[in-house]
Amino acid sequence: MGKITLKHVNKSFGDVAVIPDINLTIENGEFVVFVGPSGCGKSTLLRLIAGLEDVSAGQIEIDGTDATDLPPAKRGLAMVFQSYALYPHMSVRKNIAFPLKMAGMTEAEQEKKVQNAARILNLTSYLDRRPGQLSGGQRQRVAIGRAIVREPSAFLFDEPLSNLDAALRVSMRQEITELHQTLKTTMIYVTHDQVEAMTMADKIVVLNAGNIEQVGSPLDLYHHPANVFVAGFIGSPKMNLIAGAEAAKHGATTIGVRPEHIDIAAGGPWSGTVGLSEHLGSDTFLKVEVDGIGTLNVRAGGEVNLRHGDRTSLAPQAGRIHRFGADGKALA
Amino acid sequence: MARATSPRRKALTTLAAWSVALVIFFPVLWMILTSFKTEPSAVAMPPQLFTADWTLENYAEVWQRSDYPRFFWNSVVLSLGSTLLGLAVAIPAAWAMAFVPGKRTKDLLMWMLSTKMMPAVAVMIPLYLVFLKLKLIDTHIGLVLALMLMNLPIIVWMLYTYFKEIPSEILEAARMDGAGVFKEIAYVLTPMALPGIASTLLLNVILAWNEAFWTIILTTTKAAPLSAFIASFSAPQGLFYAKLSAASTMAIAPILILGWFSQKQLVRGLTFGAVK
Amino acid sequence: MSTQSSRLAARVMVAPSVVLLFIWMAVPLAMTLYYSFRLYRLISPDRTGWVGFTNYLWFVNSPEFWLAMGNTLALVGGVLAITVTLGILIALLIDQPVKGQGVLRILVIAPFFVMPPVAASILENLFMHPQNGLFAAVSMSFGAQPILFLQDYPMSSVIAIVSWEWLPFATLILLTALQSLSSEQIEAAEMDGASALNRFRYIILPHMMRAITVVILIQTIFLLGIFGEIFTTTQGGPGSASTTLPYMIFKQAIAAKDIGRAAAGGIIAVILANIVAYFLMRGIGRHLDA
Repeated sequence: MGKITLKHVNKSFGDVAVIPDINLTIENGEFVVFVGPSGCGKSTLLRLIAGLEDVSAGQIEIDGTDATDLPPAKRGLAMVFQSYALYPHMSVRKNIAFPLKMAGMTEAEQEKKVQNAARILNLTSYLDRRPGQLSGGQRQRVAIGRAIVREPSAFLFDEPLSNLDAALRVSMRQEITELHQTLKTTMIYVTHDQVEAMTMADKIVVLNAGNIEQVGSPLDLYHHPANVFVAGFIGSPKMNLIAGAEAAKHGATTIGVRPEHIDIAAGGPWSGTVGLSEHLGSDTFLKVEVDGIGTLNVRAGGEVNLRHGDRTSLAPQAGRIHRFGADGKALA
Repeated sequence: MARATSPRRKALTTLAAWSVALVIFFPVLWMILTSFKTEPSAVAMPPQLFTADWTLENYAEVWQRSDYPRFFWNSVVLSLGSTLLGLAVAIPAAWAMAFVPGKRTKDLLMWMLSTKMMPAVAVMIPLYLVFLKLKLIDTHIGLVLALMLMNLPIIVWMLYTYFKEIPSEILEAARMDGAGVFKEIAYVLTPMALPGIASTLLLNVILAWNEAFWTIILTTTKAAPLSAFIASFSAPQGLFYAKLSAASTMAIAPILILGWFSQKQLVRGLTFGAVK
Repeated sequence: MSTQSSRLAARVMVAPSVVLLFIWMAVPLAMTLYYSFRLYRLISPDRTGWVGFTNYLWFVNSPEFWLAMGNTLALVGGVLAITVTLGILIALLIDQPVKGQGVLRILVIAPFFVMPPVAASILENLFMHPQNGLFAAVSMSFGAQPILFLQDYPMSSVIAIVSWEWLPFATLILLTALQSLSSEQIEAAEMDGASALNRFRYIILPHMMRAITVVILIQTIFLLGIFGEIFTTTQGGPGSASTTLPYMIFKQAIAAKDIGRAAAGGIIAVILANIVAYFLMRGIGRHLDA
């Protein structure tokens, strides 16, 4: 089981409220991603759940029991750290067995569990090596191995892929997702990378300045951002946000259109000059200086042949315009 | 990347560096050479670098005249005992300062160091009286305590600087894995900081070995280490140079040899952990 | 960044060190303070009583006191100046590509292994002695009179002996710092047209500042209490020419057997040490933040 409930959780360092007040329920078996810009409090929130920091006020419940004052080891959670935090003086085998040894398990039981974890993670042939002799991806797997042998009620990941190169990041991302599908255990995953959030999560929690901006499935957030912050944060390339007269025409303070929802159409309502065009083959990313609006990012098909300085007209797709009020919230 | 230098320049700097090193080392060398001379040739004018009639007699006589093995054993007990005890007290303290720093951690560390600035002579009499009262004069336990407390600030400080190099995430991982504070220190921190702990141990053994104030004031015979042994050989009027040299060589040889064998750790330790 | 329980654990872990050091410092200090206001002479143990500041006044009004203060500062300042300057020069030299660097380094740090009484008596007898010392032999081979080191230059001789003991330490720390300077920085400065002197002034020296700080801090801690070297060599003389504050206290306690005066001197020394410590920590403490 792994249901985690946060009730009015507050965390302050001195006078600074890093997390003013958070209420959140994470269901058993869910893959939840905390995402937000750096300094938004997402890592602090994870450390509060782990028990590595005290909450200043509020309650943390794990599987219905109050865990607020429990030490980290007693919460039944496992954590994978950004730096992997492997014990450099122990072999891979001893690293993975460490939590079992701390729990007082017999050597034979330890070995059985280590072998099992090593098989799942393809680490069997590396068990006698030291962490220093492994590649980044292998170290990552050892860290995960150390977490899974404990059979925790939930896994906590603190930006685990940020130290890997781009290619490895994609494959490890898929491995973790597959692991979740196999184990079906609750996972809480912290990242600043919205692509990781979109691809991995059952449920995304968008954080900003210690507050939850929106909770929902990836597609939910993509299609129905609750406010300007989420609209700008989720999606790549970023949504175009337009204020002023153009927004007023739609009865909003700000309107947003995703680059992929703008068509290049002769006679479209917006016309402008192409500033930059990046031809990727599959897509073409354009920066267009639109008269009276400003720069818009446009994602067009690969065969579009516009160059720097060309004139063009653009048309937003019908029903794809997001409208936001003066308070930044989405208008129905 | 070291840059290529001309062989000529390298030869010149080598010559210069070796000359300087030999000048610095020369007193030690001269002492060792003198210890093998007969008394007359030790004071011969002009001085002889090497002597034809070299002898071991000085060592034999020093050995006979005093109970060298006991002094040696006392030095070992006092320096090693005080350092090990100091480590036992300091490792938890340094753990706390390095991984759970508070607003006053820095001040605490500076306060500890400042206790070392108190001139020993200034508190000599009271401390002697306290030791007398507690029947600690000329005992191993008393001297071990005194030397331990003398070096404790240095030990804490060195360990603190070494511990700070260890990422706190690793200790947090151990905590998540179910290790309590003591297991965290025993299974993760200590093995990871072993090179630093070894350096700290070496340096403080040397400091304790060479301590020559408290060891002389607070001992008479039973617990007196080599620093007290050598004090009894001082003040010769020229006639006993060879024996003085032999006794001196015997007093510092153990540390000199220890130093040569543990160069790497020692060099690291000698920087008090303060410079990387 | 921690929890309440780990902060509690931290307090428990620091407690033994703090308590032990506090007792080690406070008990003798309190006793010294007590004696410093008492009449307490070992020659006349029957006459006791409170004497107010008499002991302090005697100390401060003694002509030897100001000499001793001056000597103490000369010792600390002189040794620091010599070891830091020579240490930098030697470190720069050894840092060059040199054959046998490992053995060289061990030779240079060897004096650090020599216990102070040995260092003092060897240098005093085998080297500085006016009849049988090596320096006397060198003087005479040039037809000059041997220099009476401990007679005519007692303070300088003591400073020289202590400098020899501490030079290895300074050299080693400065060398370690020097070796951590990336050669790319030096090369960049060279490309920018900096001369060797300018490279030292603007790149190397600033890089070594922290190390120099450490040398000054640690050496001052040890130098303020220097005693054994003076005891072994000059015994504070001739007259009071090489008497430092610690040595003056020692003379009061052992030679004059006046514990009250010695205690007053001790308190003055502690106050002096604290003043030095305060300025040291303020001026230097910030360099120590890694």
